[in-house]
Amino acid sequence: MSHFRSDIRQRAEELVALYPRSRSAMLPMLHLAQEQDGYLSEEGIAEVAELTGTTPAEVRGTASFYDMFHLEPVGKYVVGVCTNIACLLAGGEEFLEHASKKLGCAVGSMSEDGLFTLEETECLADCDRAPVVQVNHRYMRTTTTDAFDDMVDDLRSGKLDHDVPPHGTLIRVRRSGGLRAPRQEVADQRVAAKAARESRAEETK
Amino acid sequence: MSDVTRTTVQITVNGRTVEARPGELLIEAAERAGDYIPRFCYHPRMEPVGVCRMCLVEVDSPRGATLQPACYLRVSDGMNIVTDSEKVKKAQDGVLEFLLANHPLDCPICDKGGECPLQDQSLSHGSGETRFIEEKRHFVKPIEIGELILLDRERCIQCSRCTRFAAEVAGDAQIDFAGRGDLIEVAPSPSEPFDSVFSGNVVQICPVGALTAKPYRFSARPWDLEQVESTCTQCAVGCRVAVQSSGNRLTRVLGLDSDPVNHGWLCDKGRFTLESVDGNILSVDPLLATSRITEPLIRRDGQLVTASWNEALELAATLLRDASNTPGGVGAIGGASLTNEGAFAWERFVRGVLGSENIDAQFNDGLDPVLLQALPKATIDDAANATTVVTLTGDLREELPVLFLRLRENFTKRAHSLVEFAFAPSALRPLAKVSLSTRPGEAHIIAKALAEGGEVPVGLACTDEQIAAARQLIGDGAGVVFVVGRPNAAEDASVVETAIRTFAERFPEAKFLPALRRSNVMGALDMGLAPRLRPGRGFASEAKGRDTNAQLEALRSGAQKAVLVLGGCLLGNVIDVEAASEALKNAHVISVTGHGGATLAFADVVLPAAVQHERAGTVTNIEGRVTALSPKIVAPGSAWNDIAIAAELAEQFGQSLGLSSIEQTARTIEETTGYPALSVLNDSAFEGVVVGSTQTPSARRTLDPMAFPGVRSADTVGLAAHTGATVSEFATRHTITHGAALTDVVSAGVDVPLADAYALRVVLSRRLYDRGIAMQGSPALHALVPTTTLALNHFDLDRLGVKSGDLVKVTGPKGSFELAVELNEGVARGTVDVAIGTRSDGNEYVIDKLSDPHSPITQIRLETR
Amino acid sequence: MASLDAPRIVSSRREFQDSFTLARYLETGGYVALRKALTMFPEAVAAEVDAASLLGRGGAGFPAGRKWSMLRKSPISYLVVNGDESEPATFKDHYLVERDPHQLVEGVIIASYALQVNQAFIYLRGEFALGLERVQQAVNDAYAHGALGSKIFGSDFSLDIVVHPGAGAYICGEETALIEALEGKRGFPRIKPPFFPAVTGLYGEPTVVNNVETMSNLPWIINNGGAAFAALGAGRSTGTRLFALAGRVKNPGVYEIEMVKNTFRDLIYDPKLGGGIIDDKQIKAFIPGGVSAPWFGPELLDLPLGQDEVAGEGSMLGSGSIVVMDETSCVVRATWRITKFFSRESCGQCTPCREGSGWIERAMYRLEHGGGRMEDLDLLLDLCDNIAPGLTWPPQQTTICVLGPSIPSSVHAAIKMFRDDFVAHVEHGGCPHE
Ligand SMILES: Cc1cc2nc3c(=O)[nH]c(=O)nc-3n(C[C@H](O)[C@H](O)[C@H](O)COP(=O)(O)O)c2cc1C
Ligand code: SF4
Ligand code: FES
Repeated sequence: MSHFRSDIRQRAEELVALYPRSRSAMLPMLHLAQEQDGYLSEEGIAEVAELTGTTPAEVRGTASFYDMFHLEPVGKYVVGVCTNIACLLAGGEEFLEHASKKLGCAVGSMSEDGLFTLEETECLADCDRAPVVQVNHRYMRTTTTDAFDDMVDDLRSGKLDHDVPPHGTLIRVRRSGGLRAPRQEVADQRVAAKAARESRAEETK
Repeated sequence: MSDVTRTTVQITVNGRTVEARPGELLIEAAERAGDYIPRFCYHPRMEPVGVCRMCLVEVDSPRGATLQPACYLRVSDGMNIVTDSEKVKKAQDGVLEFLLANHPLDCPICDKGGECPLQDQSLSHGSGETRFIEEKRHFVKPIEIGELILLDRERCIQCSRCTRFAAEVAGDAQIDFAGRGDLIEVAPSPSEPFDSVFSGNVVQICPVGALTAKPYRFSARPWDLEQVESTCTQCAVGCRVAVQSSGNRLTRVLGLDSDPVNHGWLCDKGRFTLESVDGNILSVDPLLATSRITEPLIRRDGQLVTASWNEALELAATLLRDASNTPGGVGAIGGASLTNEGAFAWERFVRGVLGSENIDAQFNDGLDPVLLQALPKATIDDAANATTVVTLTGDLREELPVLFLRLRENFTKRAHSLVEFAFAPSALRPLAKVSLSTRPGEAHIIAKALAEGGEVPVGLACTDEQIAAARQLIGDGAGVVFVVGRPNAAEDASVVETAIRTFAERFPEAKFLPALRRSNVMGALDMGLAPRLRPGRGFASEAKGRDTNAQLEALRSGAQKAVLVLGGCLLGNVIDVEAASEALKNAHVISVTGHGGATLAFADVVLPAAVQHERAGTVTNIEGRVTALSPKIVAPGSAWNDIAIAAELAEQFGQSLGLSSIEQTARTIEETTGYPALSVLNDSAFEGVVVGSTQTPSARRTLDPMAFPGVRSADTVGLAAHTGATVSEFATRHTITHGAALTDVVSAGVDVPLADAYALRVVLSRRLYDRGIAMQGSPALHALVPTTTLALNHFDLDRLGVKSGDLVKVTGPKGSFELAVELNEGVARGTVDVAIGTRSDGNEYVIDKLSDPHSPITQIRLETR
Repeated sequence: MASLDAPRIVSSRREFQDSFTLARYLETGGYVALRKALTMFPEAVAAEVDAASLLGRGGAGFPAGRKWSMLRKSPISYLVVNGDESEPATFKDHYLVERDPHQLVEGVIIASYALQVNQAFIYLRGEFALGLERVQQAVNDAYAHGALGSKIFGSDFSLDIVVHPGAGAYICGEETALIEALEGKRGFPRIKPPFFPAVTGLYGEPTVVNNVETMSNLPWIINNGGAAFAALGAGRSTGTRLFALAGRVKNPGVYEIEMVKNTFRDLIYDPKLGGGIIDDKQIKAFIPGGVSAPWFGPELLDLPLGQDEVAGEGSMLGSGSIVVMDETSCVVRATWRITKFFSRESCGQCTPCREGSGWIERAMYRLEHGGGRMEDLDLLLDLCDNIAPGLTWPPQQTTICVLGPSIPSSVHAAIKMFRDDFVAHVEHGGCPHE
């Protein structure tokens, strides 16, 4: 029995087909598992293990290496505030403290209503707009505490639903193209092309 | 190792020029040159990873000397390394200090205290005082990562030996690193614990006290332990072990790094079933396998009562003498659990004193001993390096676990090919190039198709393409090793025997490795415990005697009156328990055994014998390697060793076996037959010799306590180069009789009945964790014995309209009963796999009902309720 | 004065709101270079890149042409684009993937053609949700446009590009860790040897790993020729480069300027660029190339922005990110935060980095927050020395990868340059700035 919804399962199988080896689909598939459950459930992990030819311990071990994967449930919105060097110099630590008060949850934990999880992040590569805030990995560009507060209210009221999907949905653009030729055929093509080029080069000499 | 190349390169170590093997790791080359480089993550039996950084040394490069991990770098000609400079010392001290930063200072209460590589290196390399004043990392105390293994994460130094063992060596990656940075930890998945049958190895190779084994934890302190080097006799691989005890109590078994055999690894059954040797002191019922038999017993008024040795021997002699008055009236069954010396003594007794040719060490689940003798033999190394291996066996991980590890390495690291006769689920399947789906009664047909080419018969479970691919890999048989055993106890041996013979005749250059699982079955056969065989691997073509089946039949019919049961429990080992009970009921039964068991319900005399770890002697493994057993503890009560029992019994007949001590018996074996016994026994630190082989065994590895922590005594464990007699030397001094040839094999012929379209064919396969004495007597492993189920693939489940867990009605050759089904895609279509010796509460003898003694294969019908 | 007349090579569509769309890309010369490249021999395309002397923009600054020439001949080989961009204060690739994804894709196709590789992967850090969508859209559009897939633009060259999301781990920017992540594993850098993915990379096959910005330069180089690129800049540092300017400056941001012809002072103070320090304070120190690089003091402001020039002063231009600290900034706190970063991001496989980063971070925390001891300064330097013996630059290392020796960079530099500040922290029992 698949734990994944049929559309997620289908996308997961497409991922496996995309790579020369099935284990390569691990990270994108874990994102998919989070898209369904918001975090990595035991059932999700088992299904990823099955699809990638690994064990649940390996999936869990791999997932736990990466900050974006959550092995425990998180809020609908994961709010990340950067305190790394550029943000630090722009008051990132104080900003984080403010965020914690505003959201009503300590850093690293979830608010009681289950809406927010607050995280202190490392550099998010948007340093000219420090301190940097991401919600579900969308840059919010709220560099003042007032702007931050407004944003939180907008999230609560659903005004930002279009821009900020619930936690787990990372990439909303689905892959639509692909090299639909068998790999061997492509390799053969390349060899043939090389031979053709070489004979052309001979001729022009 | 076997891939030693002759050419050498020259490298400079600390200014001295030394020879090294090309491609050898720096750490090993330096060590042989006398410069020991400290290490943690490095383990000689696993791929180097270079993560702990303890082994940093200076290596000259175009950009000047740089610090490089000696465990990872391979030597090249002209390499210049320095292992003792200030820079090296500072780097190594720095790494050690870093390792200790987060390591708790709980050595006094740590299981590893006293034998801990980290502790040892800290004493020899550390500065002694810590500059780390920060809070150390804390984890909740030990977590259970599997049924047998506990992990104390605070103590872990992230060397990754355990996770690498699990993934790389065992292929059971149920543990892996989790987290990142200094929060990294070894973790199982909550949904799938680390219940590998090899789990104990991670405890043995952990260089700190992070991993501990539940059965051993806190049971002894290292400095109280005494040790002998011996051989594990839980199965016939013959892994070399260090057996440790505290006083007269066995505490621990550790794997030794025997190059030709086990590479330091053991399975958990070999490692953790020590308790069964002592027996459960609370259990005194002789019908229970967990009881030790400590005094002779005789049957009086229908009850087994304690007797003196004299009374017991007298009664035994009387019963045997009476029976032997009728021609063919006596016989002996069993012997695979004896030493070679014990087997030799009993052979002399049965043939010499009783004058009987009815003798068989196998319980009908083995192979024709004459065929086995006639096959050209492969060693384990041969199989582990063969370019193509063909397995015609049960699941090797379940039957001969460490052979499975050695073979696995051949397919994962050397990428050699495996052709598998796929009878039932097998752990090697994912590595097989070709898996020939084989239903009961088909092996000999497939073998013929492989050997002779031509059209493939229709109706087989495997495909033409598979046969063609297998043919290609086998080629003309040169360099191919066939690993042959008995995959299915519900199929007549003649099916696989015919297949094996076909291969042997068609591929004279191929070699064969017998995959029989009972501990010293090969030794017992080499000592003549089978009809037509003679001690010293001899063969008597004219002789005629009854094998186990025939003896049971004769006992039932009254043609045979008495039977001597040698070691182990007959009823605990045969498939058809009902028929065997029937046979014993009619007969006089004399049991020589260390443990109780159901057989004793029929015994007239029980003679208590010393068992493993209580006796000296030699044993012979599947490849014919003879190694020494050393006693570690004294047998309980008044149990004797087999030689004494056999000799004293002979005395009752007024005869002398001419055998007194174990040593003297070993000398007699060697002097009269040329079979290595005394020369092996005399040197317990010996890798053993392979009978009939002319290979020169390699020198033993130096014991590295960093690789094998806990192995106590370096002087008995191969510090010196190999000191015993080599085989070639041995062969020139002695002549071993090589008796049988393929033409001596008497073939019964196979006549497989047509398959019943409504029935399923039964595969009775073996599991490592069965209900045998070892498991029953070891409470720690008890929970691991699986329950009995009928395993089918999804086609057959769907056809029956049932799913995993559902109960079905089974109608077999001997009646009907109910069992649960289980999905397993490893089972061929139209067959059902049932494991022998699994737990079947309420259905004591269901296995018995699943084998048809009157047909070469067994077919059963399943119905939904 | 800054020299600002060099052409914009990778940020030419800066003014367009819709710079990420295929329509705008085609309107502004998109895919012309690819069509041109496809008419050339692959070797000739590679030769242009070699002639451009394009240095890798990912941090190590290895010439792209040289790297390509090392690709082992093999029936299968791969191109992997490194868009992990997690070096603190580096945000130039962020700009490129969100604002000009087609330029990146075109660069990748050109490189794949030159290398005769049929499978390329673009690895982007997972936190670039928008960037991932934009690049995936660009790839989809390129397929539809015939610029990707089977027989590109009717040529005999076929290519597949897979966009691979990371998931939050700085170490995956290290090329072998990135390959591991792409193989679906934990991002553990591979031990060397083998030294180069070009010999043994993804799935053990030869693999070229190049940075997003490196790739984004290729369309221009093919359109204008390698020589035109090499004519910009000076010495080994040719062309323009994106500099990510952050910290205490008035106008932080990404600026594309000609290499060597400009100095750090130009970048920080030019009104068209950084615009000077906030509140016109005095500059205290700056980091010239990401937090892995040793710091510079104001006396080096006039150093040209060139790879060898910066290396000559014992640091590196690295990922092209410049962080400015002024007199209001606490250098102890900045150092502590950087060590905290490394401690969190150490992959954890090798001992000196795993344990050293944590130890150094905790000692730095004490210094900044109270509990610091005078002897901690020497202790810190000694711990640094145990990770990067000799504390030289370029560093030696006791670790597997160069994340290890990056840890000491700021600690060593800060203690050396601002010992008084550290002493003040010890004496004050915490940060005197609070
Ligand atoms: C710890 C560490 C982090 C790195 N992070 C990145 C990164 O985020 N992006 C990048 O392109 N290169 C990064 N690199 C450099 C890469 O290993 C590699 O040199 C580079 O991607 C090659 O591309 P280039 O030659 O085009 O510069 C990092 C290196 C190290 C040691
Ligand atoms: S130096 Fe650090 S990041 Fe690099 S391999 Fe070692 S532990 Fe991992
Ligand atoms: S790095 Fe060589 S022994 Fe660990």
